[in-house]
Amino acid sequence: MSTGLADPSRLATPPTFQSVSTGRKIKNGLATVLVWLAFAVAVVPLVWVLYTVVARGFPSIVDADWWQKSLSGLLGRQQGGGAYHAIVGTLLQGLVCGVISVPIGIFVGIYLVEYGGRSKLARTTTFMVDILTGVPSIVAALFIYALWVTTLGFSRSGFAVALALVLLMIPVIIRTTEEMLKIVPDELREASYALGIPKWKTIMKIVIPTALSGILTGIMLALARVMGETAPVLVLVGYAAYINFNLFDGPMASLPLLMNVERNNPTQAGYDRLWGAAITLVLIITLFNLLATVVSRWLAPKTK
Amino acid sequence: MKIQRHGAVLGLVAASSLLLGACGSDNNTGAGGSTSSATAASVPVDCGGKAKLNAEGSSAQKNAVDAFIQAYKAKCSNGDLAYNPTGSGAGVKQFNAGQVDFGGSDSALKAPAEVEAAAKRCQSNPAWHLPLVFGPVAIGYKLSGVDGLVLNGEVAAKIFNGGIKKWNDPAIKALNSSANLPDKDIAVVYRSDESGTTDNFQKYLKTASKGAWTQGDGKQFKGGVGEGKEKSAGVAQAASTVDGAVTYVELSFAQDNKLSIAKIDTGSGPVELTNETVGKSIDGAKIKGQGNDLVLDLDSIYGTTTAGAYPLLLATYEIVCSKGYDADTAKAVKAFLTVAATDGQAQLADAGYAPLPKAFQDKLLTAIKAIA
Amino acid sequence: MTDPVVAKRPAGSGNPGAARGVRAAQHPSEAPIPPTPEAVEKTPHVRPGDRIFRGLATGSGVFIVVLIGAIGLFLLLQAIPSLGLDQVNFLLSHEWNTTDPNNLRFGILDLLQVTVFSSAFALLIAMPISLGIALFLTQYAPRRLARPFAYIVDLLAAVPSIVYGLWGIFVLAPLLVPFQSWLNSALGFIPIFGTGNVKIEFGGTIFTAGIVLAVMILPIITAVSREVFERTPTMHVEGAIALGATKWEVIRTTVLPFGKAGYVSASMLGLGRALGETIALTIILNYTNTAFGWSLFDGGSTFASRIALAAAEFNDPRSAGAYIAAGLVLFVLTFVVNAAARSIVAGHKEYE
Repeated sequence: MSTGLADPSRLATPPTFQSVSTGRKIKNGLATVLVWLAFAVAVVPLVWVLYTVVARGFPSIVDADWWQKSLSGLLGRQQGGGAYHAIVGTLLQGLVCGVISVPIGIFVGIYLVEYGGRSKLARTTTFMVDILTGVPSIVAALFIYALWVTTLGFSRSGFAVALALVLLMIPVIIRTTEEMLKIVPDELREASYALGIPKWKTIMKIVIPTALSGILTGIMLALARVMGETAPVLVLVGYAAYINFNLFDGPMASLPLLMNVERNNPTQAGYDRLWGAAITLVLIITLFNLLATVVSRWLAPKTK
Repeated sequence: MKIQRHGAVLGLVAASSLLLGACGSDNNTGAGGSTSSATAASVPVDCGGKAKLNAEGSSAQKNAVDAFIQAYKAKCSNGDLAYNPTGSGAGVKQFNAGQVDFGGSDSALKAPAEVEAAAKRCQSNPAWHLPLVFGPVAIGYKLSGVDGLVLNGEVAAKIFNGGIKKWNDPAIKALNSSANLPDKDIAVVYRSDESGTTDNFQKYLKTASKGAWTQGDGKQFKGGVGEGKEKSAGVAQAASTVDGAVTYVELSFAQDNKLSIAKIDTGSGPVELTNETVGKSIDGAKIKGQGNDLVLDLDSIYGTTTAGAYPLLLATYEIVCSKGYDADTAKAVKAFLTVAATDGQAQLADAGYAPLPKAFQDKLLTAIKAIA
Repeated sequence: MTDPVVAKRPAGSGNPGAARGVRAAQHPSEAPIPPTPEAVEKTPHVRPGDRIFRGLATGSGVFIVVLIGAIGLFLLLQAIPSLGLDQVNFLLSHEWNTTDPNNLRFGILDLLQVTVFSSAFALLIAMPISLGIALFLTQYAPRRLARPFAYIVDLLAAVPSIVYGLWGIFVLAPLLVPFQSWLNSALGFIPIFGTGNVKIEFGGTIFTAGIVLAVMILPIITAVSREVFERTPTMHVEGAIALGATKWEVIRTTVLPFGKAGYVSASMLGLGRALGETIALTIILNYTNTAFGWSLFDGGSTFASRIALAAAEFNDPRSAGAYIAAGLVLFVLTFVVNAAARSIVAGHKEYE
């Protein structure tokens, strides 16, 4: 559909036999200017935010220690150490969240496209997915707090954070899966059925692989998004300056949490760590975005 | 589809995570710097016992405990301690439940429930309060052309509850006859999050304001004027951006944000906030507890009229068992607390706390020694 | 990025006939299959593999429904005891004091007002700008540029909100102070520009917060609107061009009417995001004890920022319950906004 718009736009030049009135020209020009202006206005804060992060954070991350050490045993004002503990926490929480949400999300997507149809349950599910998409991260965190900590009596931990992130990640994966499954051509399914292949095998071996690149892209983007969430880590886990690989016990750092802690450290060391963590987080998220692009190119079905 | 490719992607992810898992380190000894031995030496430390102690509680003493841990590791190479700054309430709860070896708390155990629970946890021995960490709270302000502002409890209370609205109010003038006070609105900044600093500050105002502060205390600011920012860094940063702002904040934050710090007139002349004036006030503190249970009578600090004693302090306790630890734990707890009361003090001033004066230090060491 | 799907939602459920018509025009060969082929359903011997798989898929669907119910239920269950202990009217009080669990005083009036006001302000700024960007990316930008620009805008959506918050208070706020003071002195007679309950010099006003929020929701609204605008049927566009319409007229007569519902629903989605934004507002907004007065230069706190301020002190379940109650109201608020967004899109498609 995109190519369809390119050609007509060239035809939009006024026909020779009829001149366009000045009023219409002015309106057209005005609209063009406004649209360009809107874009310019939007680019300014983006570049500004990124510039701030890079300019302030870059000096921290060029130090090899930043990627290899934790802040264990360092006082707030002492320079040195690194964000390893927080990077580990962010990746671990993201990983566990992904492991839980991906199957659920994909299955719901499959249900909606392949099984649900127009049934009442399918419509309800679709509606609920919409609602889940809009659940604020702080509400997700409070829900997990109410369920995991208060009701079930577990302590606050990295795993609780991962659970809250699951709530934020699932709707995104469902949506992507749904969209991707919908554009799988029906001929593929029908051909498979014609060969006597069961429906579930058709889905697993034909439909999903065809849609896989799109689904993986969605997963990567969703992961990138949840790893930057701050609200769940505020409520659901304590900060630890040391490396903690145990998601179920004890405080655990993550990059957003590290930033939130160092925000309260008025020294130069705190400033460096704050913006260092910010640029690290943005880097990781960009990396995941890039990975998504690469993976989807790599796995994309070869079109003739 | 290309199963191999999926495999390759998975492999790549697995490989990179392994790589990441392999090279991390908690070891920062090189960067940490050696702890100075300013107050060290004279007290021998009997290292050993449980290798990793657990403690939890007040976030106000977090940085001090970090300094203690650094000193402890330097002195006792096999010792370590994990301090989880979850708040005083959680610290007491975890201590009483036997989850941690000692608790950090901004306030004494409440009688009877908490005291009894603590005694039960210590195998029917009383728990002791050891006030190891004192944090001076500054009344920081930004007012161009005015240095060395002097306030007293009553005027401070009126500033923070809206009774005084202008910097050139006669009440402020009376204390600062030589200062050139501008006709400017006072912009009060307070902590918007729940905080022990706010609690202590309001308790101070209650005690020292001669009745001008009627709002009570608690972890939320009740003055009803001004505006709140989150955390110490937030209030200090906000106060430093506006001329005419005043706030209460831990000393280090006031210094780092280049706020001027008000002197407090306790009745015997203006007192500047220094290690000496704070030490004097700690020395003068009355102990409410019995024997080695060093519960402080905070009113004696807030209400002090001793010349040269700075009254506005945040005192936080380590809550320990007097008896009832197993031998290993007792040994390690004693070693840690001894280091904290001696070597550990050297780093405190830089971290925004007040080092213990000698006499008080001896009191603490006696108590620590008596732990069995 | 990922949110766009909301706009396309009806294709799956709302009114499949109409929606599929649009879709079929684009992908003639890709119309969704009838979900459960009758043949399979009616065969007495359903293969066990099929049954299990179907069960898993349906179960996951049920799980989502149950999950939403559980969120509401658990928040409610945790909130009720505290609501019972509340000494003031929960809905109408300005007070918020939960330090003493034996004397809980919490009311959400100010939180609700500040939340809605700041989000609405952000939406007011973000809506026209994102409409502009979406039009730019779909209609004006050279095709070679449109793709990377779209990618950049999507990247904006992935920048963590704490980064926006820090940028907002340290970089943007000081620069906005003179502008706000000027607005306040020049237009102060209009209530929303009136002198607020915090000092503008501190920078922590709803004005600052709203602008940062607007920057944060721009990419979300843009991404969804862009998807919808791209789907404008080529026939409509060509028809307009054939009638001699200028570019703007083409947009006004074809793209905008077609994409209006999607754009509005995208904005609602952005509004939902803004309502729940936590850490950026916690960092930026100045808290105040004075009641909210509908000025852009007021301070205050939103539901989310209030919860975040107390998150570290969730020790007593009674106090925590007060915040969970606030979270519940926020949940209901976003629920309503999202449901509204959905009904707008669904309702619109039925007209076609």
